[in-house]
Amino acid sequence: MRRIRCREEVCIGCRLCEVWCQVEHSKSKEIINAFLRETAFPRVRVEERGPISISLQCRHCEEPNCVHACISGALYRDLETCVVKHDASKCVGCWSCVLACPYDAIIRDDAHNRVLKCDLCEGREEPICVEKCPNDALIVEAYDAL
Amino acid sequence: MHCKYLIIGNSVGGVAASEAIREIDKVGKIVMVSEEPHRVYSRALIPYFIAGRIDLEKMYYRDANFYEKNDILPFLGKKVIKIDFKDRKAEMEDGCKIGYKKLLLATGAAPFIPQMKGLDKERPKDGFFTFSSLDDAMKIKKKIESGIAERAAVLGGGLTGLMAAEALAENGIEVTVVELAGSLLPGVLDETASHLVEEHLEEKSLKISTGRRIVEVVGEESVETAVLDDGTILPCDLLIIGAGVRPRVELARDTGVRVNRGIVVDRRMRTSVNDVYACGDCAEDYDFLQGDFRLLPIWPTAYAGGRVAGFNMCGVEREYRWGTNMNSMHFFGLRIIVAGSITENGDDEVFKKICGDGNYRRIALKDDRVVGMILMNEIEGAGVLLNLMRAGINVKSFKEELLSNDFGLISLPEKLRQEIMT
Ligand SMILES: Cc1cc2nc3c(=O)[nH]c(=O)nc-3n(C[C@H](O)[C@H](O)[C@H](O)COP(=O)(O)OP(=O)(O)OC[C@H]3O[C@@H](n4cnc5c(N)ncnc54)[C@H](O)[C@@H]3O)c2cc1C
Repeated sequence: MRRIRCREEVCIGCRLCEVWCQVEHSKSKEIINAFLRETAFPRVRVEERGPISISLQCRHCEEPNCVHACISGALYRDLETCVVKHDASKCVGCWSCVLACPYDAIIRDDAHNRVLKCDLCEGREEPICVEKCPNDALIVEAYDAL
Repeated sequence: MHCKYLIIGNSVGGVAASEAIREIDKVGKIVMVSEEPHRVYSRALIPYFIAGRIDLEKMYYRDANFYEKNDILPFLGKKVIKIDFKDRKAEMEDGCKIGYKKLLLATGAAPFIPQMKGLDKERPKDGFFTFSSLDDAMKIKKKIESGIAERAAVLGGGLTGLMAAEALAENGIEVTVVELAGSLLPGVLDETASHLVEEHLEEKSLKISTGRRIVEVVGEESVETAVLDDGTILPCDLLIIGAGVRPRVELARDTGVRVNRGIVVDRRMRTSVNDVYACGDCAEDYDFLQGDFRLLPIWPTAYAGGRVAGFNMCGVEREYRWGTNMNSMHFFGLRIIVAGSITENGDDEVFKKICGDGNYRRIALKDDRVVGMILMNEIEGAGVLLNLMRAGINVKSFKEELLSNDFGLISLPEKLRQEIMT
């Protein structure tokens, strides 16, 4: 099983992870369009306090509280890939998962009444945020089953 | 007929259990029985459906091939009327019997309908509806679409009542909410939050009548008016009941299965009878805050409890750990998240902050541990707070941060944050 981890001691809060995540999850996958002509959103969030910053995204928990709390069935855990997935077309924006997630990893998209979350960049070898992180603060780590 | 796993109830608790069973046991026969004729749907989506935000297809909690994919034999539209716990057989209304090795009671809860004059519960007047099943929802929808529903009275200013009220109002219906308690969402919110909600709803043109009961429903074939205990007459084409739920324990009552307010289970969701489990709204779940079992009729506990039951039913030991009162709701765009203890309790230390735009935060601490929260509008960080509650973390060194609108993992001391992240 895989997940992204942020080494906060080297995260400089540049927010490139947010930028590239937004591009990757846009229709055009093209930076100018993604920011100016589309309503794409990043699925990673950088939190900052003074000199400290940290990039937060889904931990793809083995027993995901968000999935348990999801009243629409939009959130589910893919048993083959061990990725916690979100079918945005089923999401109603009840925000139950915002309450359930201990990692601040669910992002509210108020404009569309739905949430967004990291999908580990389906179809890519390496998640884009990890690839583009200039400081190697973001890494993919493997973790074992419970 | 015989099966290895018999699940009564085809809703979230039963689904969670069957999915857990299939993670472990790929072949043991699973039979799922439900009184409702529909494939598994989410009753929590009824307000969204009535409001017209989602269509019928989105009401379904799992894909149409759910039973096939998980090799489950469903009996839909069949009611179990009796269980012989000795012989391990469940009997259905049509006389058909199903033997089992392991049984799960996931029978949920039924809406509570208060007594009122002019109400025949067996044959209610047209326009009188509960707000708890897909059948209810489809009937209400039909009534709305017929265009004859202009005014509605909603009995109950709790969660279900207010969700119903909002959904009806979004259809252009004039709605009056009648609540017995002195304020809205009693037991769910504190006074401050309750007032903020009331103001917000009134701004959206809902009429609110607190401290009142509906004592009579008048009308020949259809509902015409509701009469309140102070004599007020509310003309209405729809009377919706959203007055809370009662656990459905009838199959367990007066059997060897221990029943308190709900079916009594341990932390592995086992009832007092061997190989019989219970979960969800019909059972009393473990509340980690109180260290005790109680009714927690909410979605996440039904799922988590069902999952734990499923694992234990196939011999994998799991314990239910994370349940407590928790809810996320929204009314006309006002977001509210609550968890843990809400009511004023002498030994709690309470931090509160109101700052315009409907932003309100209330955090209750006991012995420097978070025991309750209410977040309005700014709800980010709610999960981090809930996790602090669950883990019983001492928050003394960062108490002030708890009230900040952008509270999050970053607000925690580094060591604690890293512990949580690993
Ligand atoms: C309008 C509404 C909105 C809600 N919104 C939320 C929300 O936002 N968040 C939240 O956490 N919770 C919400 N809830 C509560 C949540 O839906 C319940 O906690 C959840 O559905 C409980 O699931 P369950 O599996 O225990 O039982 P239920 O969903 O009640 O299902 C039990 C099933 O068992 C069947 N059954 C019972 N007895 C028998 C029998 N003898 N034979 C055959 N079948 C039987 C019933 O017909 C039913 O289909 C809401 C509820 C309602 C009504």
